[in-house]
Amino acid sequence: MERRAILDELKKVLYPYTEDKNGLENIDENTNLVKDLKINSANLVDIIIDAEAKYNIEIDFDSAEKIVTVGDCINAIAEKIN
Amino acid sequence: MSRRVVITGLGVVAPNGVGVPAFLNAIRNGVSGIRYDQTYKDLHFNCQVAGMPEFDWGRLKNYVSEITFHGLQGHALGYGIMAALDAWTDAGNLIGGKETSWDTGCVFGSSVPECEVVKKIYNRVDAGEAKKLGSRVIEQMMNSSITAYISGRLGLGNRIIATSAACATGAQAILMGYEYIRQGTAGRMVVGSSEHVDPYIFGAFDSMRILSRKFNHAPEKASRPMSQSAGGFVPGSGAGAMVLEDLELALARGARIYAELLGGSCNSGGQRNGGSMTSPASPGVIRCITNAVTSAGIDPLAIDLISGHLTATAADTIEIQNWCLGLGRNGRNFPPVNSLKSMIGHSLSAAGSIESVAAVLQIAHQFIHPNINLDDPNPEILRQIDPDCLPVKAVEKELKTVAKANFGFGDVNACLIFSKYN
Repeated sequence: MERRAILDELKKVLYPYTEDKNGLENIDENTNLVKDLKINSANLVDIIIDAEAKYNIEIDFDSAEKIVTVGDCINAIAEKIN
Repeated sequence: MSRRVVITGLGVVAPNGVGVPAFLNAIRNGVSGIRYDQTYKDLHFNCQVAGMPEFDWGRLKNYVSEITFHGLQGHALGYGIMAALDAWTDAGNLIGGKETSWDTGCVFGSSVPECEVVKKIYNRVDAGEAKKLGSRVIEQMMNSSITAYISGRLGLGNRIIATSAACATGAQAILMGYEYIRQGTAGRMVVGSSEHVDPYIFGAFDSMRILSRKFNHAPEKASRPMSQSAGGFVPGSGAGAMVLEDLELALARGARIYAELLGGSCNSGGQRNGGSMTSPASPGVIRCITNAVTSAGIDPLAIDLISGHLTATAADTIEIQNWCLGLGRNGRNFPPVNSLKSMIGHSLSAAGSIESVAAVLQIAHQFIHPNINLDDPNPEILRQIDPDCLPVKAVEKELKTVAKANFGFGDVNACLIFSKYN
């Protein structure tokens, strides 16, 4: 699956966790989840759980801890599904 | 001089009406919120009727942020948030300000975490999937979850207290809020309680054989406080809330004042002298009533209406006797008494707050709501008080002072004295 396609799918996963819907529409790989999208850091856990369910993958705690940007999310997902 | 405390906002989620206008209309007209539910029959419960609010979960999107709404579970939380925020806006306040309101606190009660939600946690953990529980479970499982949501949404910065005292919870929470204002700790308090009787709690009460079981075919007749045919209580659910405010603050901002909370009392019979885990000791109840009247600074003869606990069990007769002794009034000298439970059942922790909202509405609109299903008053009760004390139709009446009491498992009592504001 291409990174661009994963990014588009990721927008749906992130949707319930940010009030900045415009910002979400315009995310790129450098977008910082907490700083740019104002996502509550506690909710990063929920985003990972939702992504795991969506792609039927397991993202281990160590990989999850490295997720700061949209690009990091795509890395964690691409590594498991490709 | 101690501060006076008035009620400036009301919110309610009740089986016979969600929101103050619908609830007011229902209690005026004696509308029952009790319904049959096949689920209870399928579960082999003896009692197959309940009072459940007609609650549109999606409406909560108007009350909490979209992010909070996503993943929010638990009926009692939903009921409580809606009632409390409705009370807040009813008092003329806005939701979502940027600043912390340091002079406003919250005392909100509940009795048990929702078993249906807890069950999902058990299932996940037992399946070795704790990792999938996510970040939202703890905030909804903590006993203080309800106060955490309310105070967060409203930006409250004074005392934030989650309480639990079984069926006395609601009245106790209101009294605590009152005391914080009286003593000058807070200027305003959002107070109330909520309850959702899910099948697990329902089943446990059913097993105690204290629920109504002979009116499953006629649900609206199933809750029969003070009647000879009373055969146990009907479980109810919902939430009630009010904004209590220092009179000076309320007057300064030109707030609408529904009523004044003159005083109250909360105690325990100590599970002595006839009191037990499940029965209130009469000496404790009488003392609670007497102390409430003293605290309000009124003559017992000034009480125009008693809003009883009166669940439709054998305890109703003893309760009336305790009111007679506590107020020193009986026969024709006894004031009118009503039980909201005849319409909505017994919503445990939420009973005190929903019934207090009803008491305040009766004062504000000058009427006494009917006791429905009271076509056969218990002769033991009629031996103590006049039949005219038991209105079965709404009565338009000058109503100055209402006594509201609730009694809970653990032998805990709470009594409040509401009054028309002058």
